[in-house]
Amino acid sequence: MWVYEKKLQYPVRVSKCDPMMAKFLLEQYGGADGELAAALRYLNQRYSIPDKVVGLLTDIGTEEFAHLEMIATMVYKLTKDATPDQMRAAGLGDHYAAHDNALFYQNASGVPWTAAYIQAKGDPIADLYEDIAAEEKARATYQWLIDLTDDVDLQDGLKYLREREVVHSLRFREAVEILKEKRDEKIYY
Amino acid sequence: MQKMLDENYYKLLHELQAVDFVLVELNLYLDTHPGDANAIQQFNQYSQLRHQIAHKYESQYGPLKNFGQSYSGTPFNWIDAPWPWQV
Repeated sequence: MWVYEKKLQYPVRVSKCDPMMAKFLLEQYGGADGELAAALRYLNQRYSIPDKVVGLLTDIGTEEFAHLEMIATMVYKLTKDATPDQMRAAGLGDHYAAHDNALFYQNASGVPWTAAYIQAKGDPIADLYEDIAAEEKARATYQWLIDLTDDVDLQDGLKYLREREVVHSLRFREAVEILKEKRDEKIYY
Repeated sequence: MQKMLDENYYKLLHELQAVDFVLVELNLYLDTHPGDANAIQQFNQYSQLRHQIAHKYESQYGPLKNFGQSYSGTPFNWIDAPWPWQV
């Protein structure tokens, strides 16, 4: 089971109302390589992965939910004081028509999240390579998001998330090596 | 209703986030390096420190966790704002 902790993993601050930046951040909320996709991908793959890497998928999958909450907090804080006119000017007029200022699992272009973004192949190496690629794509997205804003408070939170992608990618690469060692043992014994 | 959040609140929260960062990092590292006794010793040491800081935070600002992982005040103060995105 899961237990909720009433705190963010890392502080989220923004220095202004900026609905256009909130729109861009949705890429990491409900996008193909976003935090929701990451959490659901790892926590679903873990049932059919060798025991040696179940702990890693469980822990990284769980951390992704903490990141999802950070992105949600950024979007919430960037839009909570926005007027309908400001939402429209930021390209969020259609979002406002459907959701007011509520969050929704969609990407920066307004496309709803779909399970087609993630895969579970049942082949441990194939699954882990997908996970490494997802982390690298998310890392790149965070860089583009940092480049899109001059809000240093927001950049601070985004830089933290970018660094977590680097660590997750490294840990998944180590998991691949652990499984390769195990595979080679089987061949020679 | 939102409680008054003083400087001490942010200081304690920050302390907790800092020690939790150490623990997440050590945890993920140990997931792929389970034989590193040094890291395990650090993990257990920080786990104890985490317990102390969380206790201090909860005694002043209410429960951090649901489902009986934290003690409650009267009335049930788990449901009290602020929630994480509100601070």
